[in-house]
Amino acid sequence: MSALPVVDAPVDEPSLRINPALTASWLEAFLCDELVERRGIGRAIIGLSGGIDSALVAYLCARALGPENVYAIRLPYKSSSPSSLSDAQRIIDALGIHGETIEITDAVDGYLKHAPEADARRKGNVMARMRMLVLFDQSARRNALPVGTGNKTERLMGYFTWHADDTPPVNPIGDLFKTQVWALARYLGVPAEVVDKPPSADLEADQTDESDLGITYANADRILNLILLGYRDDAIVARGHDPDEVRLVRRRVDGTHWKRHLPTTALVSSTAINEFYLRPVDY
Amino acid sequence: MNAALVQFKPRKGDVDANLAAMRAVFEQLAAGEPDLIVFPEAALTGYFLEGGVYELALTAPEIARRLDAAWRAVAPDRACDVVTGFYENAAGTFHNSAIYVRCGEPGGARIVHVHRKMFLPTYGVFDEERFLTRGRRLSVFETAFGKAAILICEDAWHALMSTVAALKGARLLIVPSASPGRGLCGVDELESNTRWKAILSAAAAEHGVYVVYAGLTGFEGGKGMSGGTSAFSPRGDLLASAPPLDPCIVRLRLDPEEVDLARATIPLLGDLGAVLPDLWLDPEIPVMRRLEDNE
Repeated sequence: MSALPVVDAPVDEPSLRINPALTASWLEAFLCDELVERRGIGRAIIGLSGGIDSALVAYLCARALGPENVYAIRLPYKSSSPSSLSDAQRIIDALGIHGETIEITDAVDGYLKHAPEADARRKGNVMARMRMLVLFDQSARRNALPVGTGNKTERLMGYFTWHADDTPPVNPIGDLFKTQVWALARYLGVPAEVVDKPPSADLEADQTDESDLGITYANADRILNLILLGYRDDAIVARGHDPDEVRLVRRRVDGTHWKRHLPTTALVSSTAINEFYLRPVDY
Repeated sequence: MNAALVQFKPRKGDVDANLAAMRAVFEQLAAGEPDLIVFPEAALTGYFLEGGVYELALTAPEIARRLDAAWRAVAPDRACDVVTGFYENAAGTFHNSAIYVRCGEPGGARIVHVHRKMFLPTYGVFDEERFLTRGRRLSVFETAFGKAAILICEDAWHALMSTVAALKGARLLIVPSASPGRGLCGVDELESNTRWKAILSAAAAEHGVYVVYAGLTGFEGGKGMSGGTSAFSPRGDLLASAPPLDPCIVRLRLDPEEVDLARATIPLLGDLGAVLPDLWLDPEIPVMRRLEDNE
């Protein structure tokens, strides 16, 4: 008798694939519910950097609320790349949303002249927090709700400025990994120039996310997904991942839990807010 | 029996507004002479309340009275059975409950049954047992259709629950639910909705029961309640289903003969009744072991 054919099950790795049509409709419904129905605010305001995350959020908001209800604010510093501005304009033109540019250079430099020793990291944080300040003020001016643009990968890696990028009260893409952001952006027709360029925080010249992080988003996302699902490092390595990259990602996640929480408050009573006194955000 | 399953989008914490919305549903349905109208889990308040449960929970008689008044206002000459999920204050003990109440009878509201959710999910996004006490009994009750049972959300995820209900005589399983949608990899629906359909279909087909499911919809603090309101025949076939996010109504006719035919064709429930003593009285299953340990 000849040998029977054998079917070996592959080592399973949970997929990061998304159904982009389903995802888009879900996130649009989220925006309508959170802005219009819950808060009675039919307008969104977005800090549009020229990168893919804020571009995707602009597309989702335009689809959910109508382009006439979306305000895109470009907030360049003097060292920001000119291509960021032109890419942001490309988004504004493609969607027909409102666009405005507000330079943050004077405001940032006004502070930094008192801090001449500030290194690039501190300067970057000052710029990020200045953008937050302007975005919220413009929100009040236009009665438009700030919509967040942080993705799940950067949130997990702690690759953002606390109380800056993470401040908008709603965020449609915060549970999407970067590679899922790419997939959804392609589906929605975000221009290729924006989708295909290397992601960058654009706080310094020639900066890219992947060089800052020391790992590609493609690898980081797969490792992050396995970490979140509870796999130990050796089980992740057994699925073909580089041990150094697994350690790097694990270290970043474990070192930044605090960035994903509100400030730590000393508990001294049995009515402490969010500890004993518990009410959901939409209550 | 004419049944209507309401995919309902409540206003968070606003019982009066939600009862008014239910009344509007009654008004829409009354001309079609419904016999049974089912609303989802926590339809009177929304699902995620945390400590707000203690502020918004109501007693079963109060819910019954208010549903009866709403029904009577639109159809004073006809009775109808109404099921809705609500947070129940039972003399200071709080439950995630669903009431089956006969509305519009001359003597006023008649509470047929109150089911208190037995499986309170307390993991991940869920935190029910932090605020609520679980129910202790799965009962079946008489309706115009025949015996029925209510399983609230996770109750239905445990195959044993539908099995026990069927063994106790249920021919209709009513499943009010609030299910935060998740899993974006699905072919044309969320993976969580696909999972629900598989569970409900399997329960219907194994026991030869109708399964009707009413799902909450709308976003609650970023968590989208995934609707999925649907009905399954006693053969396990999907009879109708609603789109995930829009409030809507699924209507169907429940035919007792379908239950008989399904059970005659594939008598799994009868087979289970015959084999059950051998399974159940096995000292190796955990419940029996625990009893022995207590001795």
